[in-house]
Amino acid sequence: MKFKTFFAQRLLAWALTILIGVTFIFFIPRMFPSDPVENMISQMETRSGNMDPEVKDALRQQLRIQFGLDGTMLEQYAYYLTHGLLRFDFGPSLMSYPEPVTTIIGRNLPYTLGLSLTTTLMAWCLGNFIGLLAGFRKNKRSSKILEGIAICIYPIPYFLIALILQIVFAFVLGWFPIQTTLLTRGTFAMWLGSLIKASILPAISMLLLGTGWWIISMKSLASTTSEEDFVMYARYRGISEAKIGASYVFRNSILTQITALAMSLGGVFGGSIMTEIIFNYPGVGTLIQGAILQSDYNMILGCITISIVAISTATLIVDLVYPFIDPRIRYG
Amino acid sequence: MKKFWKAANFRLKFGLIVTFIFLIIGFVVYYFPHIDPFLNNTYANKLPASAEHWLGTTSMGQDVVWLLIESIHNSLTIGLIVATIGTVVGVFVGLLAGFAGGALDRILMIVTDTFVVIPSLPILIMMTSLMKGSSTTIIMALVLGMFAWAWPSRQIRSMALSIKERDFIHTAKFSGENTIQIVVTEILPFALTWSLSNFMNATLSAIGSESSLAVLGLSPANLVSLGNMIQWARQYNAIFNKQWLWIGAPVVATVILFIGLFMLITGYNDYLSMKRGR
Repeated sequence: MKFKTFFAQRLLAWALTILIGVTFIFFIPRMFPSDPVENMISQMETRSGNMDPEVKDALRQQLRIQFGLDGTMLEQYAYYLTHGLLRFDFGPSLMSYPEPVTTIIGRNLPYTLGLSLTTTLMAWCLGNFIGLLAGFRKNKRSSKILEGIAICIYPIPYFLIALILQIVFAFVLGWFPIQTTLLTRGTFAMWLGSLIKASILPAISMLLLGTGWWIISMKSLASTTSEEDFVMYARYRGISEAKIGASYVFRNSILTQITALAMSLGGVFGGSIMTEIIFNYPGVGTLIQGAILQSDYNMILGCITISIVAISTATLIVDLVYPFIDPRIRYG
Repeated sequence: MKKFWKAANFRLKFGLIVTFIFLIIGFVVYYFPHIDPFLNNTYANKLPASAEHWLGTTSMGQDVVWLLIESIHNSLTIGLIVATIGTVVGVFVGLLAGFAGGALDRILMIVTDTFVVIPSLPILIMMTSLMKGSSTTIIMALVLGMFAWAWPSRQIRSMALSIKERDFIHTAKFSGENTIQIVVTEILPFALTWSLSNFMNATLSAIGSESSLAVLGLSPANLVSLGNMIQWARQYNAIFNKQWLWIGAPVVATVILFIGLFMLITGYNDYLSMKRGR
């Protein structure tokens, strides 16, 4: 297979995933009976008395345009695809009207990406390293203990780990701030310091869960690989254990883990959302929570569209890197 | 039974015991007569643990033990419904795609692959935030079920593809069995052993998703589930007031339930591979 064909196939799958995903989140809300515009008008009326019918109609029209609810369903869909999906233009946010949704997301996204990408990469490296050791020397006592710890941590949901860490280290021991506060004034170094201090607990909770899974999966891969004939043969040839581990078992097991990394990104993003909410970390997760509380539908739609695009793209990148790492795959 | 217990590994035994205890609590103890724990001010507020209230009472005068039992019942129910939907639809779609082949297979697999990679939590947030409060347990389970079928159907399809070409299937075909008979008698048994482990996995992840949504305030407001119980305790400042029993009980119960279920899954998979190896 030519690399071009592979590339085109992956690109097509990427586009299809995004298209099906956003179509889903576009049409599902429109099947529900609740109408955000009417909700908002009735909210305004309870707050500031009844409005003139004419004013109300004008307002309704204005709001429909801003929500992208103007015209027929197909027109709305076309508008959403051309503005929302292609230009990331989701209209103004209602929480902080009239600032556009995209600007606010642009401010919060770096925190989420920074937190989740750093911890995912660290967890992947650390987990694979420990898993390799545990699987390669699976009869050692330390390997069994490590796997036992991993099995006890991995199944716990993200927000629960975050909550437990928060209770223990922030409330009971008081080592860390309970809520994230980032300095908005002062020098860059002061801001960075406050960011690092605020990120430690969220990062640890995401690291714990991520590492757990990679230990478990790498251990089972490595223990199967180390029973293969070519590893036996390498042993008989007198190659050192360290070398067998690094260049025989590791190289053969890591490839599966790269594909698994691509598959896990969606879950990591979800976990990051939950972790942020527990610690009030200023990322997309906290933004989504605020948007839900204040029924800011433009914001919810924007966050979710962008997260689908981001996760699909990250998956695509990992998939495209794969053939360059696996020496058995060569494209002409 | 005795033989099974002897052959079972530690994780399978541990997982079975924990899961069994939770099932007893959720579906037997739950039916003992008691006052609806959801009602406020049944008892005095903020009582410490005592012989009458083993885990004390909440700030709204609810008994923590019964609240916990009811939430275990509801969380398990949601998990089991979602896992059933996911497994039935997944096995059906997987077998259909594997056996029909051609265009149908390709279309089904494109949709399945999308559902495998698509981030489920954001979409769940989107859907539940629109029916905030008005959703019920059943709707919640249906919504969660939408993401539970893709992975099993993909696995079952590849299983069906590999079994389809084996000799005993050809033998069955030549002896005059039709496709449906072959699927039911020859292939389903294979699919079922795998589906059992997937079923437990789906239960686990459904309970996890529901409690994540609950923390966002998106689970039905009157549903006493493990996630909602944690969320209520957080909302009423159980942490600041150091009411550790109130917030601790659902947290510890969820952690034990999840570790138990996960051990059951990995233990069962190890048990199966060991049996096959012999």
